[in-house]
Amino acid sequence: MAISGTGPLRRDLAEYTLRLGDDALILSQRLCAWVTNAPSIEEDLAIANIALDLLGHARTLLSYSGQLDETGRSDDDLAYRRSEREFRNTLLVELPNGDFAVTIARQLIYAHYSRLLYAALDKSADAVLAGFGARAAKEVEYHQIHAAQWTVRLGRGTAESRRRMQAGLEHVWPCAAELFEADDRVERLDADGIAVAPARLRVPWEREVAAVLADAELNVPAPSWQATGGRSGLHTEVFGLLLAEFQSVYRQYPGGTW
Amino acid sequence: MNQRAAWGQTPWEVFIRPRRGLSHQHVGSVHGADAEMALANARDLYTRRGQAVSIWVVRTDAVRTTSPSEKDPFFSNTADKPYRYPGHYVALKGSDGD
Amino acid sequence: MSADGIRAAGVPDSEQRLNEHFEALLAADERIEPRDWMPEGYRRMLIRQIAQHAHSEIIGMQPEGAWLTRAPSLHRKASLLAKVQDEAGHGLYLYSAAETLGVERAELLDALHSGHQRHSATFNYPALTWADTGAIAWLTDGAAVVNQVPLCRTSYGPYARAMRRVCQEEAFHVRQGYDMLWSLCRGTPEQKEMAQEAVDRWWLPAVVLMFGPPDTAAGGTDDRTAAMGAAFTRRSMAWGIKRHTNDELRQRFVDNCVPQAERLSLTLPDPAIRWNEERGHYDFSPVDWRQFRDTLAGGSQRGRQRLAHRVAAHENGAWVRAALDAYAASQDVGRQTS
Repeated sequence: MAISGTGPLRRDLAEYTLRLGDDALILSQRLCAWVTNAPSIEEDLAIANIALDLLGHARTLLSYSGQLDETGRSDDDLAYRRSEREFRNTLLVELPNGDFAVTIARQLIYAHYSRLLYAALDKSADAVLAGFGARAAKEVEYHQIHAAQWTVRLGRGTAESRRRMQAGLEHVWPCAAELFEADDRVERLDADGIAVAPARLRVPWEREVAAVLADAELNVPAPSWQATGGRSGLHTEVFGLLLAEFQSVYRQYPGGTW
Repeated sequence: MNQRAAWGQTPWEVFIRPRRGLSHQHVGSVHGADAEMALANARDLYTRRGQAVSIWVVRTDAVRTTSPSEKDPFFSNTADKPYRYPGHYVALKGSDGD
Repeated sequence: MSADGIRAAGVPDSEQRLNEHFEALLAADERIEPRDWMPEGYRRMLIRQIAQHAHSEIIGMQPEGAWLTRAPSLHRKASLLAKVQDEAGHGLYLYSAAETLGVERAELLDALHSGHQRHSATFNYPALTWADTGAIAWLTDGAAVVNQVPLCRTSYGPYARAMRRVCQEEAFHVRQGYDMLWSLCRGTPEQKEMAQEAVDRWWLPAVVLMFGPPDTAAGGTDDRTAAMGAAFTRRSMAWGIKRHTNDELRQRFVDNCVPQAERLSLTLPDPAIRWNEERGHYDFSPVDWRQFRDTLAGGSQRGRQRLAHRVAAHENGAWVRAALDAYAASQDVGRQTS
């Protein structure tokens, strides 16, 4: 079934796909900054691969959102013409890259989450989301393997890598909970078998990351606070800088074709 | 430990089966600290544009070769043994080939 | 293979016989493979050329890499990511080929970082605007293709095979750049101006620096300069490493670009460019190698910055690589004791 007609269901799904698309888009943007700065040339390649996959996911999801909300906006329109308050990504993905350990910690959280999410979307009652989920789940499985391999190697490597990896985890963990936030909109879509209520993913996610961290001989952080606000367009201060950079050339040439 | 002999620089030879029915083919080498990383690096480097159904990596120092130079008794006179080739035997069919 | 190569086990060939065999392989246009005997000069020339090529791919990621976060459409962003990624891959293919000659990548990187080995000075020029990414791909990758297609038949097997892989991917890069400039030239007047301005800055670096010094009297270069280049080219061609002179390849590149520029309705910043009916080629200004001497000597500010960027990435990653070493060692110990 594909969504037909107008109405609240369509609006809800437009908002939902916007959230997912923005997560992938902003994380892709963060990873782009690692190219030519990674610890090895192999890692330049691997990170670029992940960034490319995420960009592909973003394009599919944002294009769909623009159709659903009936503004007819393209993926480019959504990426380059919205302002800070209109973006729906979580705060996790906009975190500055930090050192390699912070980036891997962020990947650990997101890759496991997105694999569980996309695998579940595979069964969506919406044909577009189901098709997307099936394809994307295979790609993010590789992201998950990459994140887990690095987490284990940094955790069990040297004293310095262990210290940095634990610090990286502590730094990003307060942003994990936001991935699993519930709201009425998603609950409605979940009830209709279209979306996946993030809360449903929390337990399997916790189990998976705990297993990786145990293997890595690292502690699961217990943060004293949780980030929130991204799903309502309330971002961090650095988001403005990220967006300014992202949109700068596009905005410099109004009416330009690329 | 000599930095150059560090594990992170371990070279591995990469063999790829591009599709079912074909053998693995040597495509080059990668670096990897261990087998899992070597496989991941091989996937990233050699399969971005082609399908691969299987990747093998073998540590370069584990590969055994015939000799320091590729001309040696192992391959002597390979072309000089006419009894291994059909050569001048009469054709099975008529003039249109064997 | 003839019976000459046969020796009883344990009796070494004289260097003269080995050299004869080596020359015979070259004369038959056979590939030299890693375990073949080769003259030390051949090995050293190859290492230097392959390493410089690899270093250029890695450094070459920087001017375009700088624009990844600002690409003005998602399609262009994806294409640029794929291109920069390919360049990393090309560097890796080439380091692998060099390693078959008995050097390790760590040594080669040390040589790059210390300035002992070079990268192509073309990439020392700054990518000032978005249009530069298009100009770089069209012109410098276009020049690279002209260099690299003949290298697919270079005498050393691993280098030739690496070049075949690289060539397959490089064609996409040139078209990507041309397509980018095409869109800009059909966009707003400001976009077209950006495109022309970028081509004005990247033409000479591509024409002069991507092909090495003049090595013939072609195009009016002074005799002394040409003689220096010519000696090196002669040795390299005798060993089948290079298959053409620098000037031949440079001419081929100019001949490709002039009609392409016309189709874009962009001009090339060389008033001497005109079709020469007699020669059957485009004339262009003689290469002024001295003008570019500073850039070549690595003394340029941008050149130092490119290297510093590369060195910083390497040094910042040291703790990561150390972790990989430690983990792998612990795994191996685990295997030995289990």
